Amino acid sequence: MNNIIVYCETDNGKLCDVSLELMTKARDLAAALSCDIEALLIGHNVKSLADELYQYGAKVVHLADDPKLEFFRTLPYAAITIALFRQEQPQIALFGATSVGRDLAPRVSSALHSGLTADCTCLEIGDHKDKEKEYKNLLYQIRPAFGGNIIATIVNPECRPQMATVREGVMKKEALATPVAGSIQPIEVNNILKDTDLAVEIIERHIEERKIDIKGAQIIVAGGFGVGSKENFQLLFDLAKVLGGEVGASRAAVDAGFIDHARQIGQTGVTVRPKLFISCGISGQIQHTAGMDQSAMIISINNDPDAPIHKIADYAIVGDLNEIIPKMIKSYKQNSK
Amino acid sequence: MDKKLKIVVLAKQVPDTRNVGKDAMKEDGTVNRAALPAIFNPEDMNALEQALRIKDLIPGTEIQLLTMGPGRAADVIREGMFRGADGGILLTDRKFAGADTLATSYALAQAIKKINPDLIIAGRQAIDGDTAQVGPQVAEKLDLPQITYAEEVLGLENGRITIRRRLERGVEVVASPLPVLVTVTASAAPCRPRNAKQLMKYKHARTLSEDQQAEPNTYAVALDQREYLRIPEWGYAEIGGEENGYGLAGSPTKVKKIENIILQAKESKVLSGSDEDINGLIQELIASHTIG
Repeated sequence: MNNIIVYCETDNGKLCDVSLELMTKARDLAAALSCDIEALLIGHNVKSLADELYQYGAKVVHLADDPKLEFFRTLPYAAITIALFRQEQPQIALFGATSVGRDLAPRVSSALHSGLTADCTCLEIGDHKDKEKEYKNLLYQIRPAFGGNIIATIVNPECRPQMATVREGVMKKEALATPVAGSIQPIEVNNILKDTDLAVEIIERHIEERKIDIKGAQIIVAGGFGVGSKENFQLLFDLAKVLGGEVGASRAAVDAGFIDHARQIGQTGVTVRPKLFISCGISGQIQHTAGMDQSAMIISINNDPDAPIHKIADYAIVGDLNEIIPKMIKSYKQNSK
Repeated sequence: MDKKLKIVVLAKQVPDTRNVGKDAMKEDGTVNRAALPAIFNPEDMNALEQALRIKDLIPGTEIQLLTMGPGRAADVIREGMFRGADGGILLTDRKFAGADTLATSYALAQAIKKINPDLIIAGRQAIDGDTAQVGPQVAEKLDLPQITYAEEVLGLENGRITIRRRLERGVEVVASPLPVLVTVTASAAPCRPRNAKQLMKYKHARTLSEDQQAEPNTYAVALDQREYLRIPEWGYAEIGGEENGYGLAGSPTKVKKIENIILQAKESKVLSGSDEDINGLIQELIASHTIG
């Protein structure tokens, strides 16, 4: 009772990284709270994934396995989650901030009247005091807000579970050296679902395999609005290729149509922490830098000497990226042998 | 296509957080929120366009905007009317202030129950919070199905709506019975521009509060003479419900702390774009095995 429940999402028969990242984070939280971690796994033919969840610390895997649950649909998944939370009374519930988690978690929070904070970048346990009362061991849900111009710490003093979503790549993923001895608790799906829960029908699905992996890249060359055009992004691809890296982008470059959304870095894209981040024509608004400022080394190229990106860079190059990138490629080719 | 529908479009007036220019920065490096222009939340515009397309297909369909906010949020309703909506309601009451997403969705749901629409369309999320929570929370409170991340309404027949959703790595086509709540993503079609005829017609649309606060002779025609110019204001008295479900009291989440972002300068080495500087940098990166 009153444990932490992590909603574990699957994709093509595998556990999503974001869920395993949340399990890893939940171990820290559970240690601070002296409680256990439980996983909620919904799908079809997903039972075998429980073993992997034990490796991440799940004492109990609540399993709803049914052909009707093969693909995510809001109503049946929400009904199961709500029923489980009512029964188990978790103190904390975590969801990935994916299209699934961001659809499911608010629905659940509304039904349970429990507070939910979206897209947290940091989760901690701490105390809280307001006018009337003192609270011990609340979940601090920390997130950028207001377009990334402020960082807010949110708490849910009274309502349970304390719910949060976290984007993929924000937390680290780490399996335990020795798995915990966990067990499966089956959920009686047909006792929970009503016919009306199945009213929305999936007619077609075209989901592509993940192709671009900027999250896993050790070197990232990222472009912003200052790159100027889709064609100019080729320069960045050239540099990324010789360095063995990937190309990323700021939201402004994605919105301008220069590059695919899958490469977006920042609060509304992915969070990266490569060993080298080369920023080209990016002004450095906090919404973007929140997704890359943990990079081990940052090189900024921007012709505006006052661009905020230069302030967080280890090396700030003031100049035209159209001249500088070819020079970098040339220099690398000369020096790397 | 179907009988004419009643559609509610949920829209929010938001500070334009995407364009935080130098004017909006205070001397201490934090954002001066008051200096940001108030705009129609972008994805709510995409939502309005989907509603207008349904109206194009099913003449007689009625589109009402619903917004919650202070008096000036009536701008959102007028903007929607200029683009083809039939009217709107401003939810405004001191009791609603300080609401988190859950208390906001409670107020919206109460108002929607009173309107009793066939379809509710909203933007996926607002740019001031980026939470994407209000849509699903409203749907739950109304006990309706929800379709999030909608990109296009593909069809509407026999009381069933077919919608294409845009997910992280692909698309999904789903069908749902009406009524349903749909949230529309930014990749959907942009909203059509203002229509000159609608603009002329609704230029002086206003709430009673705006009417009473206006300078004499601002408006040529009195509200009583042109009922279609009246933008209703609904407060707690109009939508009822549990008083402690609204505003701060109805909000399970509390803001413990707000930190303004101040970009911290760390030790940056400033380089020119000269061959020498670039060459030096690359050699350093190779020497430190950062690149190899």
